[in-house]
Amino acid sequence: MRPARALSVTASLAGTRLGGFNPAAKLAAAALVIAGLIASASVVSASVVLICELGALPLAGVSLRPLAARTWPLPLGAAGVAVANLVASDAGPTTIVAISLRLLAIALPGVLVFASTEAVDLADSLVQQLHVPARFAYGALAGLRLLPLLGLEWHLIRRARRARGIDAGGSPWKAAALFFSAVYALLVAAVRRATRLAMAMDSRGFASRLPRTAARRQKVHAADWALVLATALVVATANALAVLTGTWHALLG
Amino acid sequence: MLGTERPLVQARGWGWRHAGRRQWAVRDLDLVVHAGERVLLLGASGAGKSTLLAALAGLLRAPESGDEEGSLLVDGSPAIETTGRAGIVFQDPSSSLVMGRVGDEVAFGLENQAVPAPEIWPRVQRALDAVGLGYPLHHQTDRLSGGEQQRLAIADVVAAGPLLWLLDEPTANLDPPGTALVLETLHELLGRGADTLVLVEHKVSPVLELVDRVVVLGAGSGVMADGSPEKVFSRHSKALRAAGVWVPGPPPPRLAPPRAPGHPVLEAESVAVRYPGTGAPAVSGADATAFSGQVLAITGHNGSGKSTLALVLSSLLTPSAGNVRFLAGGPPVPYTKWPARDLVRWVGTVFQEPEHQFVASSVEDELLVGPRRTGVAEGAGRRKAAELMERLHLGPLAKANPFTLSGGEKRRLSVATALATEPVFLVLDEPTFGQDASTWGELVALLGEQRDAGSAVVCVTHDEQLVATLADREARMSGGRLATAGVVAALAS
Repeated sequence: MRPARALSVTASLAGTRLGGFNPAAKLAAAALVIAGLIASASVVSASVVLICELGALPLAGVSLRPLAARTWPLPLGAAGVAVANLVASDAGPTTIVAISLRLLAIALPGVLVFASTEAVDLADSLVQQLHVPARFAYGALAGLRLLPLLGLEWHLIRRARRARGIDAGGSPWKAAALFFSAVYALLVAAVRRATRLAMAMDSRGFASRLPRTAARRQKVHAADWALVLATALVVATANALAVLTGTWHALLG
Repeated sequence: MLGTERPLVQARGWGWRHAGRRQWAVRDLDLVVHAGERVLLLGASGAGKSTLLAALAGLLRAPESGDEEGSLLVDGSPAIETTGRAGIVFQDPSSSLVMGRVGDEVAFGLENQAVPAPEIWPRVQRALDAVGLGYPLHHQTDRLSGGEQQRLAIADVVAAGPLLWLLDEPTANLDPPGTALVLETLHELLGRGADTLVLVEHKVSPVLELVDRVVVLGAGSGVMADGSPEKVFSRHSKALRAAGVWVPGPPPPRLAPPRAPGHPVLEAESVAVRYPGTGAPAVSGADATAFSGQVLAITGHNGSGKSTLALVLSSLLTPSAGNVRFLAGGPPVPYTKWPARDLVRWVGTVFQEPEHQFVASSVEDELLVGPRRTGVAEGAGRRKAAELMERLHLGPLAKANPFTLSGGEKRRLSVATALATEPVFLVLDEPTFGQDASTWGELVALLGEQRDAGSAVVCVTHDEQLVATLADREARMSGGRLATAGVVAALAS
């Protein structure tokens, strides 16, 4: 079998200045944006945050062009949401623009966090700064490594069914049944692999209740605090401006 | 016996039954291993060798994962309390490596042992140097070959400085160069100190120099034989052969002289396969013809593209370029577009991992899938299934779930499913991979029968013994290119 090469989730921006920030700090900043914009729909607050995000990109060492190449579905999705609302709901155009901008402003930091962070650094930082249990963080990290293998396994399962004489023969019902039986087989294979991996981890003392040490220290620098504070400031200012201009109104979801 | 007389492993009447099973995997085991001893653990497939190793690694906890009787002590404490103190290397590195980067992988175990952070990286580097893995610490583990991944797993054990080395068929998943790398590494490491070792390996000869004691487990009946390799192999070689152990000795004789080719059954012309998102093509410009009444062996190292070519030859993968024609029958559409029911009628495919091709819930139903799909009368299908079960000693297992069979039984069933529709063309990917000597012999005999009945057989394999015993022609594959098939090298000389 061919070895699985690249992970499907690649941290392509890890080499930028943004990649040098502490992962927990980046997560906190993204969470602040979500918390600050989730409750309201306002053209003012959403655009202030979005403008600040785009303005901060060069400071973070991220150039717009490669980012756009990666994230083009985002503006497309936001436009789709706008069109759908325009057609299907009785919301005014202002609200619709606000919803779309808000979507962009919330999604962009999330994309940036994951594009600029190696999975292992994120796991380290979750454990060291946010005190997430190591069992959970590193268990999930190891599980992530199995994903490409499951992709290979999926192809194998589909091919094996063809080799055994089983195909849909053009019938959509049979195709659906075949798909679900292959999904079931994949789940069985995934559980089996995960069990083996868990055993391998336990055999290396991962199960013991003793405290672990950390080979890779994820440090928190002044710049990380600055990132979180600046984000908080931007979100607060944006909401304040929205209230002052009378565009702030509560919105759930 | 070397070193001190400290008993490191003490089993007294020990037994283990996996949760949900009726049979005990190991029972009535009495065994003492002293510090410094190097033990080769042998036994038939299903004798509980892997179970014992997992228990010694402290990975089997009763009652959660099964029932236990008697006692099993490691360094004087119950094995389950010593988890992490023994170092274990498993068969399949792809599901035992934990981290994405070489350095982090070795560091993982040291972090778990709470080794102070400043000491971790020097120890990681020493362990990597010890196994001769010269990559930078940030090298991705999934870019290593199978043999290198196993050496990394060995580095994990070296770094941890274990009480006891446990190796569970560490070379079973590797090709000959990978196997050689791992054995060389183990020789180097074990040559230095008085480490204690318990090793499970099917193929005995290459590991004999590593051990000074051989223990043979009987299925559910404790220790069958115990002593120095010379003593065990001279006194018990017959029983060991019967149990499927690869006893050192001359290789099995060739089945029959090479056959002249019959008529062409399948022709592949300038086949190329390129997987999306990869650089070099997996296969390029491959020409091959399979003739009736002949076994064609396609050999080559892991990653040479031979498994990919096998998929193309069995119409499970459409090549990016080139032509594959089936010349012995079939529907009037291009081979790559054949409906599955025609494919199973004409072509039998056996996958490297038997489990991948199981789709039914009993052995008998599994054998009826193909005949039912091709419209064979139920009675005739059942007769064929019964005949195959009889031939491959699967009769008593007719109602068993295929996934609960032993490794050898699974392999035999997977071959039987491919034969159930009496196809004229057989493609097998590593059919003898990881098999004990009994299953190996049966597979070779069975494939020989298919050839003699006029089938065209293609075996993708790195089992040199299989090639020498069975194949009529051999084509080597390397870097995606297939050399022209010639008479098997062992016969030409």
